[in-house]
Amino acid sequence: MTTATARVSRHGSSTAKPSKNVRARERAVAWARRAPLLPALIFLIIVTQLPFVVTLIISFLNWNSLSPDKTGFAGFENYIQVLTDPYMLQAIITTIVETVSVVLISLLLGLGLALLLDKKFIGRGLARTLLIAPFLIVPVAAALIWKHAILNPVYGLINGTLTWVWSLFGSDTPPQPDLLSSAPLMAIIISLVWQWTPFMMLILLAGLQSRPMDTVEAAQMDGATPWAIFRHLTLPHLRQYLELGGLLGAIYIVQNFDATFVITSGGLGTANLPYAIYETFYYANEYGLASAAGVVVVIGTIIVATFALRTVFSLFKKEAAR
Amino acid sequence: MSTLTPAEPRSSVPAPHARTNGSRRRGKSRMDPTRNNTAAGVAAWLLALLFAVPVLWMILTSFHSEVDAATNPPSVAAGLTLDAYKEFFGATSGVSPWPSLINSATASVFSTVLVLLLAIPAAYALSIRPVKKWTDVMFFFLSTKMMPVVAAVLPLYLFAKTAGALDNIWFLGLMYTSMNLPIAVWMMRSFLDEVPVEMLEASQIDGAGLLLTLRKVVAPVAMPGIAATALICFIFSWNELLLARVLTGVVAGTAPVFLTGFVSGQGLFLAKVCAAAVVISLPVLFAGFAAQDKLVQGLSLGAVK
Repeated sequence: MTTATARVSRHGSSTAKPSKNVRARERAVAWARRAPLLPALIFLIIVTQLPFVVTLIISFLNWNSLSPDKTGFAGFENYIQVLTDPYMLQAIITTIVETVSVVLISLLLGLGLALLLDKKFIGRGLARTLLIAPFLIVPVAAALIWKHAILNPVYGLINGTLTWVWSLFGSDTPPQPDLLSSAPLMAIIISLVWQWTPFMMLILLAGLQSRPMDTVEAAQMDGATPWAIFRHLTLPHLRQYLELGGLLGAIYIVQNFDATFVITSGGLGTANLPYAIYETFYYANEYGLASAAGVVVVIGTIIVATFALRTVFSLFKKEAAR
Repeated sequence: MSTLTPAEPRSSVPAPHARTNGSRRRGKSRMDPTRNNTAAGVAAWLLALLFAVPVLWMILTSFHSEVDAATNPPSVAAGLTLDAYKEFFGATSGVSPWPSLINSATASVFSTVLVLLLAIPAAYALSIRPVKKWTDVMFFFLSTKMMPVVAAVLPLYLFAKTAGALDNIWFLGLMYTSMNLPIAVWMMRSFLDEVPVEMLEASQIDGAGLLLTLRKVVAPVAMPGIAATALICFIFSWNELLLARVLTGVVAGTAPVFLTGFVSGQGLFLAKVCAAAVVISLPVLFAGFAAQDKLVQGLSLGAVK
């Protein structure tokens, strides 16, 4: 709406006779419009774009700060190492497995919860509040709680509950799984799914509540089953919300560092790329290699982000056209 | 309900009716949940409780003694005590968490204020008086957010090291500003867009100056959105670990950094960890629930209303 009026006024001024005076005034107006934008734009370019250019340069260097005399041009050596080194390859695979499974599982759970919360029942507001809580625990704290209070094989809540349930049936040999050492990546994934499901649920719930109800009602009049309504009306409407949630979630979860750092410290094949890069430059001081891995992450993110941008753009266009 | 739509099987989606069946039946169907709604309600409550268990368990354990906290099976009904909180605040170790909490607050508040100062004018130039090609600018902002922090952290670290800005809380605050600015611009634009054009035009016709328009027309509509944006930026800064770990040390370490160095792995520490997690999460929980109404719009960058 705002854009429409702006365009009108812009057109109005451009149809005036293009004398020198007018053009100068137009330029002044354009700069007056741009001025409020510039501080933010310049700040961001300096703090985010410049460092990335530096990363790009370092990625082509042989640079380990522990042996500065060997610094020099490396060509694509670092990139080759990223794509052949078993540790780095494992990190790439871990990143993909972790991101895809967390996004898919939390989207599915979020969809189920959103469908339930879309109905009216007693205490719905409170249930919604309880469901948001996991998203509002500091990620480091959440990871610590999962590691020590929930999943710990000796006194964690899960094994404690198993002991209690088994004792109800008179058994003193309850199963005591140790997820932290038998399936550490799964432990990380569980804690991340727990934190991200509320995010997906919120977005999908908003999508459900923006559903045009007249078509649903018409379908009900015509005797459509709930499943048919879900399959042919609700799901198509939710599609772009599912995409939006999935892609925004993916952008954040690809960058997961906290859960890996706290729960496993990257051990047992759980190091994802952010953690591997952190280790490579912070502990191994391999600046060139870490930068090349960083560039690889950016390329991967750009691929995902292209899809994300398209989705955000379609929602955005729809809204701007309103 | 079934009188209005006879073809509808009893078990099908009743909620829509409650919303759209017309005012005549609206109140009644809302007060009269069908069997299906009850089932959905029970399922939703069970799942909500399941999701809340780690949070509730964390809170309960933080009030237990270390001995009661580490039992198998769990001692749910054990006596409550504040010992874990006293321990967290350094009763025996003498290590106070206050410096790290103050550092976190400093970096988060400083960066949030700076983000607002930069994002509000930018959003104004993207929404109320938009520049040409404003969508391109929007997507440039968003694309900077898509670059993972790890891809820029080494140059930032090297810069901070040479410039003597390592272990400096204000430098960390600047980094948080750049981290949150793109999201803030997107959120803020979506909130400023809700200012009705008619009102802007009317105030222009009445000859109101820019400042008066901002104060009387824009601010009242945009204020809840600005507050929500601020709260979300505060949460993201408060939560951040990677940059804080790389860029700070003993002096400027933030609360998440303190928390990671807190677990000794020796002796009984579970209640203390839970108390620490509760204390450090409290500001985020407050901020999040305060922003609850605008949380979705903010987190989806304004794409979802």
